[in-house]
Amino acid sequence: MSPRVVIAEDLYLLRDGLVHLLQAHGFEVVAAVESGPELLKALTDERPDVAVVDVRLPPTFTDEGLQAALAARRAVPGLPVLVLSQHVEQLYARELLADGSGAIGYLLKDRVFNAEQFVDAVRRVAAGGTAMDPEVIAKLLASTARHEPLGALTPREREVLELMAEGRSNAAVSQRLFLSESAVGKHTASIFGKLGLAPSDDDNRRVLAVLTYLNAARSQP
Amino acid sequence: MRRHVVAIGQALALGLLALTDIVLIALSLVSAMLTALGMIFVFPPLVGLIRRRTMLVRELTGRWLGTPVAPSYLPPPPPPRPQPDGWYRYERQLYKTPWWPEWNNRWKWLFTDPATWRDGLWLFLNPVVAGTFLLLPFAVAGCFLAAPWYPNPVATPAAAVAALAAVIAMPWLLRGYGWWNHLLLSPTARSVLAGRVQRLDRVRLEAADSQAAELRRIERDLHDGAQARLVAMGMTLGAVEELMDRDPAAAKALLAKVREASSTALVELRDLVRGIHPPVLAERGLGDAVRALALDSPMKVKVTVDLKTRPDSPVESAAYFSISELLTNAARHGGAERVWIDISRQDRTLRVTVTDDGSGGADPSRGSGLRGIERRLAAFDGVLAISSPPGGPTTATIDLPDALLWSEPETKVPMPRWKAVVVGLGWSLGWLPLFPQGLVPMVVKIVGGEESSWCLALYLPEPWQWPMIVFNILLGLGMYSVALALPIAHSRRHSVTENTARRLVLDR
Repeated sequence: MSPRVVIAEDLYLLRDGLVHLLQAHGFEVVAAVESGPELLKALTDERPDVAVVDVRLPPTFTDEGLQAALAARRAVPGLPVLVLSQHVEQLYARELLADGSGAIGYLLKDRVFNAEQFVDAVRRVAAGGTAMDPEVIAKLLASTARHEPLGALTPREREVLELMAEGRSNAAVSQRLFLSESAVGKHTASIFGKLGLAPSDDDNRRVLAVLTYLNAARSQP
Repeated sequence: MRRHVVAIGQALALGLLALTDIVLIALSLVSAMLTALGMIFVFPPLVGLIRRRTMLVRELTGRWLGTPVAPSYLPPPPPPRPQPDGWYRYERQLYKTPWWPEWNNRWKWLFTDPATWRDGLWLFLNPVVAGTFLLLPFAVAGCFLAAPWYPNPVATPAAAVAALAAVIAMPWLLRGYGWWNHLLLSPTARSVLAGRVQRLDRVRLEAADSQAAELRRIERDLHDGAQARLVAMGMTLGAVEELMDRDPAAAKALLAKVREASSTALVELRDLVRGIHPPVLAERGLGDAVRALALDSPMKVKVTVDLKTRPDSPVESAAYFSISELLTNAARHGGAERVWIDISRQDRTLRVTVTDDGSGGADPSRGSGLRGIERRLAAFDGVLAISSPPGGPTTATIDLPDALLWSEPETKVPMPRWKAVVVGLGWSLGWLPLFPQGLVPMVVKIVGGEESSWCLALYLPEPWQWPMIVFNILLGLGMYSVALALPIAHSRRHSVTENTARRLVLDR
């Protein structure tokens, strides 16, 4: 059975493009809406397998989409939501990850250009994983870089950490960095050791642990 | 007692100072005559001298009498600017150096300023007024000391009473003298307005300037960035079109390049937008925008926000960019590790405090960044205060007055309980004395009816009946008018302080 998806995007061209793209990759688009209230209704009525949501939606053109997604997740815990935006903010990423139940994506709209990667991200979120935009991760790491113990990581370990924080599995990381999967495993074990995190196999938990750790390291006064 | 002794000392000092004015008066008369004869070069120094004298008395009035008198002069003319050809123009004359135009401007400024003439009037009358208010009591006291030598027996006690009265009255006399100084030396509505207009003029010019610079920067960024990339993309797409049939593999490679270029263009546009108006600011307001800024900063930044409503968008944006600049400064120049940002509301003022643990030594007069912040804030009457001792910590405080004008439901002050009770009693019981006990018995009395029924006043003895009726009528009317007047007075007092946007303080 094909995964059911709800799309919320106010620009007609982009909405149409998303619908076609996802249909071509075997998704069933149950609703394509263009405003915040409509989105909230669609999410709670349809209970889709995944929602692709633009942050800025009518009627206020502020963070309507984000608020609707958060509200829907409060009503339906763990509802998979992939948020798209023209710009990414750590602040929003933290809010999305705050409930700790995973199944969250947060990507720049530009990522839609690369259809394969985008659809892969949608699938990952639908399966309960995470997909964080590399830019969020880069900002997060840049602003945390000066603090201990992130400085203790080797450059290779940092690369692995970045990909891991985006929500990729060890297999995907090894493919990306042209390493063997066991080497990546060693790296992750070393990272977890240096950051003082309990190692775990579950991708989603892994990401959440990393992000929570990074955020916590920053917010300490 | 001590108060009186101090007052006597101050009065003596001010009085003697006023006596020396006689010299100044003589000098002014001579100078005025010379000026009238055409030797106008003596005028500016004379006015300068008089102004110094009046500034002294302004300061003494402020310090001793507790009622500061602000200077009342119109703002000085701006320095003359050379024309494009390097000459200086004054009316229809051209000069090589700025000296003559400057002198002319200055002379005109001094001569046409009403405050100059008010100063002159004050100077001429001051010896008389000061003599009356301040020195006369000393003369009376002198009489008392001389009294034992008078033959008249009444003289001694009378002089003693007069001297005592003089000592007791001294503080009040001093206050009277202060009032006299206020009368002629304090700023007039006109000079206050002139000063404000000049300031607004400058601020407007700066605001327009910085806006134009901003637009130029955006234009340049677009021209060199996104626009150029779009042109390149168009050209590459043209090449792809040609290659499509002949060499599909090369066309594909070029398409990948186009996609990359479009990504870069988007990144550049995103950065540009962030510099114009950050999306988070538009979406979430000042508090969250500053939180986002804090998250992106390499330092540990703690943000506290206590705002219930959003300020106007331009004010919000000015505050945001000021904070952003302060953060950059703290990291770049101060080498700070930790920063505390506090955004709060002080009455109607938006106050932002940025404290860091850096090395300090920030100087607004040197840093162009800080100057930029001041310019940005000036358009909203905002001020930047910096305390930055060498070695730190640095605290920058931004005040944006009246930024939170139309806000906060709590500004509606409810009436105190007792007032509400009085109003309720007035409306509910006012009719009782007015009609059955006031107007009705009055009509009955006038018509001459015999019935007294429930008119209590008519049961009284005859001579008390009319006063009682009048009293009842007045009581009823009084109750109604109090019930009417109390809420009006209350709402007016509170609405005047709330709804006046920028009150010009003219009666300083």
